[in-house]
Amino acid sequence: MKKLLAALLAAAMITTAFAGCASKENSSTPSENSSSAGSSSSQSDAALSGILKLSGSTSMEKVAKAWGEAFTAKNPDVTVDVQLGGSGAAVTNVNDGVSDIGNLSRALKDEEKNGLTENTVALDGIAVAVNPNNGVEDLTIDQLKDIFLGNITNWSELGGKDASIVVVGREAGSGTRDGFEEIVGVKDAAKYQSELNETGQVKNLVATNENAIGYVSLDYVDDSIKALKVGGVAPSEATVKDGSYTLQRPFLMVTKGEGSALAQAFLTFALSDEGQEVAKSIGCIPVN
Amino acid sequence: MRQDRAMILELPKQAQREEIYKSRRNKKAVETVFEIIFILCALVAVISVVIITAYMIFSGGPAIGKIGVKEFLFGEVWAPTAADPQFGILSMILASIYGTFGAILLGVPIGLLTSVFIAEIAPKKMRGALRAAVELLAGIPSVIYGLIGMIVVVPLVAKIFGLALGMCLFSAILILAVMVLPTIVNISETSLKAVPRELTEASLALGATQVQTIFKVQIPAARSGIMTGVVLGIGRAVGETMAVIMVAGNVVNRPELFGSVRLMTTGIVQEMSYSSGLHREALFAIGLVLFVFIMVLNLILNAVLKKGAE
Amino acid sequence: MYKKLRPMDLFLRGLIWLSAGVTILMTVGILAYILVRGVPSISWSFLTTAPSELTGTIGILPNIINTLYIVLITLLISTPIGIGAAIYLTEYGGKSKFVKIIEFTTETLAGIPSIIYGLFGFMFFVVFMGLQYSILAGGLTLSIMVLPTIIRTTQEALKSVNPLYREAALGIGATRVHMIRTVLLPSAMPGIITAIILSIGRIVGESAALIFTAGIGVKMLKLTPAGVFEHLETSGATLTVQLYQYAMRGEDLGVSFAIAAVLVIIVLLINFATKRLARRFRCG
Repeated sequence: MKKLLAALLAAAMITTAFAGCASKENSSTPSENSSSAGSSSSQSDAALSGILKLSGSTSMEKVAKAWGEAFTAKNPDVTVDVQLGGSGAAVTNVNDGVSDIGNLSRALKDEEKNGLTENTVALDGIAVAVNPNNGVEDLTIDQLKDIFLGNITNWSELGGKDASIVVVGREAGSGTRDGFEEIVGVKDAAKYQSELNETGQVKNLVATNENAIGYVSLDYVDDSIKALKVGGVAPSEATVKDGSYTLQRPFLMVTKGEGSALAQAFLTFALSDEGQEVAKSIGCIPVN
Repeated sequence: MRQDRAMILELPKQAQREEIYKSRRNKKAVETVFEIIFILCALVAVISVVIITAYMIFSGGPAIGKIGVKEFLFGEVWAPTAADPQFGILSMILASIYGTFGAILLGVPIGLLTSVFIAEIAPKKMRGALRAAVELLAGIPSVIYGLIGMIVVVPLVAKIFGLALGMCLFSAILILAVMVLPTIVNISETSLKAVPRELTEASLALGATQVQTIFKVQIPAARSGIMTGVVLGIGRAVGETMAVIMVAGNVVNRPELFGSVRLMTTGIVQEMSYSSGLHREALFAIGLVLFVFIMVLNLILNAVLKKGAE
Repeated sequence: MYKKLRPMDLFLRGLIWLSAGVTILMTVGILAYILVRGVPSISWSFLTTAPSELTGTIGILPNIINTLYIVLITLLISTPIGIGAAIYLTEYGGKSKFVKIIEFTTETLAGIPSIIYGLFGFMFFVVFMGLQYSILAGGLTLSIMVLPTIIRTTQEALKSVNPLYREAALGIGATRVHMIRTVLLPSAMPGIITAIILSIGRIVGESAALIFTAGIGVKMLKLTPAGVFEHLETSGATLTVQLYQYAMRGEDLGVSFAIAAVLVIIVLLINFATKRLARRFRCG
């Protein structure tokens, strides 16, 4: 038994000592393989195949994964690989070739537009989230501004109980943070007590801390947190669509140039009635 | 004198002789090929270190040049995505240092005393159980420490100290202290056991109590081993990432014991995925600073080991 | 023999007992807490399905498969190299300067924190080599990381092989390679297997080096010949990385604890296995 193992090991040693290097060289090409596989097969509309890599906004994780599932259900040879990283990562990754599609939960900045094709795939409201036990129901944009700038530090100043406000937000690359700070007018000036990397983390913290306030994508709102009215308007599909709820932003999917055939097929699916229905089913707001 | 036995037994015919020479040449060739393969394998470690070092320097160095050494290392404002970006990592460096220091301050006494217990005091049966416990502690993945920290330690710290948010430097220190324990216990125990029996027995014979012997004779004699454990523990604490990111709050603040902090390691993880341009380079520069920290620790470790050997 | 009890002694003795007590209670506490909170959430479907946004269900089968993939790739690369290096160090190198350099660099590799491996792996494998976030990139990164474990443990095992065996084999005319293959490696096998198991432990527990290399995908493995290899090119979260994701999102802590429990069980098994091996090793 020992002998057999030893022999096997020795054999493995010889082969893999070289294969180790060889595999590295082979492996530098899979991206080309997969994309060429995608484009060659897309000529016949029937069978798409290959790997489609998405990355970016964590707010869009749900919708991207849901589309991925629905898309692979129709095209079983396709693998849809969803990475996160925040909206900022989307642009970098698409430009670096690390991802085929970048997800942004904000509009592209002018300096980012270079060579990228953008598609607005859904809309989203940014909900101002507090703990369900918090007595405050409605805040104006100005009050939000004061809270996030640190001018108002106690809930009693807003009609709540006497407790200091715990301001939580997202990391600097977040589209949600970008959108929120932009609209509220606290760009690069907000004072957070905790900066979290994902939408779900903010939600979790707000759900477990009675004095916390944060912002999350509207489709993440459920019973565990309370979404405040902003200027008297409650966030909902209708108020986001008609623009009366002002804290809102687009969900974008960007590609480098036109994008691969596979990426295009995916985007076509996302924007189709079927795709938009999927988006709606998980709480996003369809574009049309 | 390694001759083929066949040659000694009988003189082979010409053809056979050729055959043997050929097989011997082949064998020689096989030997050489394998020796080269083994050397290459051994070189992988060296090459890896060289490439990693080069990569850290080339990807982190330029940013430090662009930002300015002083501004980078001693700047207090970290605003990488602002219109006028600033990249000062002093707060992160300090947070890492304080966090490590705190973890060592808590972890070393407990670890050292535990190792004394295992090596000298514990009944035989308990020894095995304790050793197993310490090994398990070492084997638990960092994310599990982070999870425990998040769910148990953070709320507890908030409650005990009346904080609005329990994510703070103190919570990080508690978690790190547990994480450095196994390193310190294991290495201290080994070095305590290596203390010559004569020393211990001489001390006891002179009338010293067991506790006196432990603290006055054995621990001083095992000093260099214990120091090694401490240095390795520092290395583990400085480099720990995932457990800390789950409990430290991650805001770039001048470190306070009960304030939210961002360490060097967590700073990298926090922003790595979405950074670009100078921002990304600056994160690599943080990596470089961390790398230099570790390298210095390695050198110290080598020095300690050398001193111990003398 | 009478020795007078000093109050200081009692105090220090108390401290020693206390420290040991804290250590053991903490270990037992952590393990028990994780198992008690996690095990009830483990179900058959949890272990055998993939998570779905459309149906809102959670399963960790892809993470289990990803973890196995990364363990396999890492070991496939680092075991032969590590063993080769250890053989060189013990059998060929002697006490040369070259050996000292290799040993120093091995120590250095062991001391580098995983986040640095993550950064390096991201720059080198993900971006420079164009592997994107992929299981392959993660495996390659970890191969460097576990190399010191394999080299050092194998080295110990080789050193402990009775030198007489070596001389006997060489003496009867075996070539060195033949001796290594038929005498050295079989005798050192328990040690080598220990090295492999220790590495598995390290890989299973790793997270910081994987987040930026292997990424966080949760796709199912396609059971076709092409799919098995294609899986290498896609990103894949291991159990630890997935635990981190769920824990940070905090949506369903039960899932985090369930994964943690699975990990703890793996850690326990690994510890048990190394213990058994070490015992066999000692008895020969």
